Amino acid sequence: MTQLPMQDPSYLDQSDAVRERLDRLKARDVILRVDRLTKRFQAGKNEITALDEISFETHRREFLCIIGPSGCGKSTLIRILAGLETLSDGQVLLDNRPVNGPGRERGMVFQGYTLFPWLTVRKNVMFGLRMNNVSRFDAQKQANEWLNLIGLEQFADCYPHQLSGGMKQRVAIARALVNHPRILLMDEPFSALDAQTRAKMQAYLLEIWKKIDITVIFITHDLDEAIFLADRILVLSAHPGRLQELIEVPMERPRKPEHFLSPEFAATKARLEALIHPPTEDTEEESYPSVPLLTDVRDSVE
Amino acid sequence: MLNVSDATIRPASTGETGQAVPGQWFRVRARLSRRARILLAFASILLPLGLWSAVSYVPFIWHPDMLISDPGDVDYFQPGMRVDKAMFASEIANAKTGGTAPPVGTAANPVYLPAPGDVLMAFYTSFTTPPMDQNGLWLHQSLWRSIQTIFWGFVISSIIGVPLGILCGANSAFSRLIEPFVEFFRYLPAPAFSTLAVAVLGIYAGPKIAIIVIGTLFQQILIIANTTRKADFSLVEAALTLGTKNLRLLTKVVIPSVLPDLYRDQRVLLGWAWTYLIVAELVGATSGISLFITQQSRYQHFANVYAAIAMIGILGLGTDLILAALARKLFPWDRAAA
Repeated sequence: MTQLPMQDPSYLDQSDAVRERLDRLKARDVILRVDRLTKRFQAGKNEITALDEISFETHRREFLCIIGPSGCGKSTLIRILAGLETLSDGQVLLDNRPVNGPGRERGMVFQGYTLFPWLTVRKNVMFGLRMNNVSRFDAQKQANEWLNLIGLEQFADCYPHQLSGGMKQRVAIARALVNHPRILLMDEPFSALDAQTRAKMQAYLLEIWKKIDITVIFITHDLDEAIFLADRILVLSAHPGRLQELIEVPMERPRKPEHFLSPEFAATKARLEALIHPPTEDTEEESYPSVPLLTDVRDSVE
Repeated sequence: MLNVSDATIRPASTGETGQAVPGQWFRVRARLSRRARILLAFASILLPLGLWSAVSYVPFIWHPDMLISDPGDVDYFQPGMRVDKAMFASEIANAKTGGTAPPVGTAANPVYLPAPGDVLMAFYTSFTTPPMDQNGLWLHQSLWRSIQTIFWGFVISSIIGVPLGILCGANSAFSRLIEPFVEFFRYLPAPAFSTLAVAVLGIYAGPKIAIIVIGTLFQQILIIANTTRKADFSLVEAALTLGTKNLRLLTKVVIPSVLPDLYRDQRVLLGWAWTYLIVAELVGATSGISLFITQQSRYQHFANVYAAIAMIGILGLGTDLILAALARKLFPWDRAAA
């Protein structure tokens, strides 16, 4: 009896369902267009190019992840998109209008929660609405709705320091989304959470994303997270930060934990690994010195 | 060969709750139980008090003088006079050889070191003693004067200093414009302006308040500015992405985020204002608690002087404790205050 050798799927192979979903995605309007975005820093007398001519588009209701090795400038990129940093060249267009400085149409969730410690959970969620001159009554109503949605209504009058990390990040997401942004920028939002909470938060974020009209740009250094969440993954290289590849994730939705074991997942992850940690290029990698025996014990621990 | 003895690795053995047992109280960063903290706080007051009592009531510790109760035949001794022990001994010897009546006295401390009991009595008696001259003030009136001087000095300083400090901390243009001058001015000793203050503001409350303002304001601007500068910038960025603009960024984010720290600064600065009180009250017509102190020391009523000085300390500490308790109510979210 002969058996055909199982062909490993390439990350480029897409099932019909996936292809059809991605086609629908690309048929939607372009929300954010990044055009030859370049960022240069002055470091002493030298000029360092942190981001070099990065161009991409995201469509409405897309979930785009950005990954790259450390130092590739992914945080700088998302901060430029948020308007918290200026760009040196190129432009960023949101709904065909150039981005100038921060604004409510681009919500942001930070790694460090950044909830206002002097405000209760409810008032944190109300903050953006109040800053945009929504009446106290309406703001309170919308905040309560969101607190219900994230399951924290009984913590509405608590202060942020009384919440766990996962709860804080849920409040931060609600605080950004209650403001009706066009696009939600997330800068490694779950990297400070423990593995279990992170997995829950990922599934939860997808639940929210599915139900509302929001485009998400999500920065992470966790490859599994990127594959689990994204429609497409934008891979950056370091020194200077360049766009390496825009990968379409060949996985079906809704995503489930068992997808982590699928061959598509393995193929995509292998491709990402190859892009981010090129096997040949070991010269840049810092090698640690070997440790000599520091004690006179004779018995080995290994 | 490196030999790591296991005693250095093992953590210090602690009580069941992870708190230090009495033998470990003075280890670096030892965690103290509530009882230990209260005990040590009492000891902090009682130890100096005990030392003072010992020196005052145990004759052989110090007592360099003799308090004369009966001068005998020594013509320059008077009852109630304090003389050096050596001189007293030589007069006794003189009396013995000359056959005259020897002086009688008890060992005593110098007049400037009254016993704790006398000072404690003075706390009461200094309030019940009528003023020395007809237009004079009772002690409680003098104290009230002092409190008013401090209060207005601090309020005026804060009205100018706090907003200016916040502006400097939040905006680099203001900071560059204002801080260099303030940096220069804060080194000028406030009492140096006393004659100028009297010339401009008269001899009554005006110059006194001015001295306290000059002593406090310039430090205040810099301290408040520094605290404001330490506002967590990531909170400002979060507010920016939520659509917060300009002035609201200052009033709704920067100031609330540093408010507990500003409050702590104000407490420290209020203590600072108290230390200028005596100097300020000596400017122009001496008034307030300083008048009481200078008068009492002129008459060598040192028990009263000590009582008055202690009253300033108690008032200052009392105010600070009340303000600290208030902070816990005002800033429930601030864990540093709790």
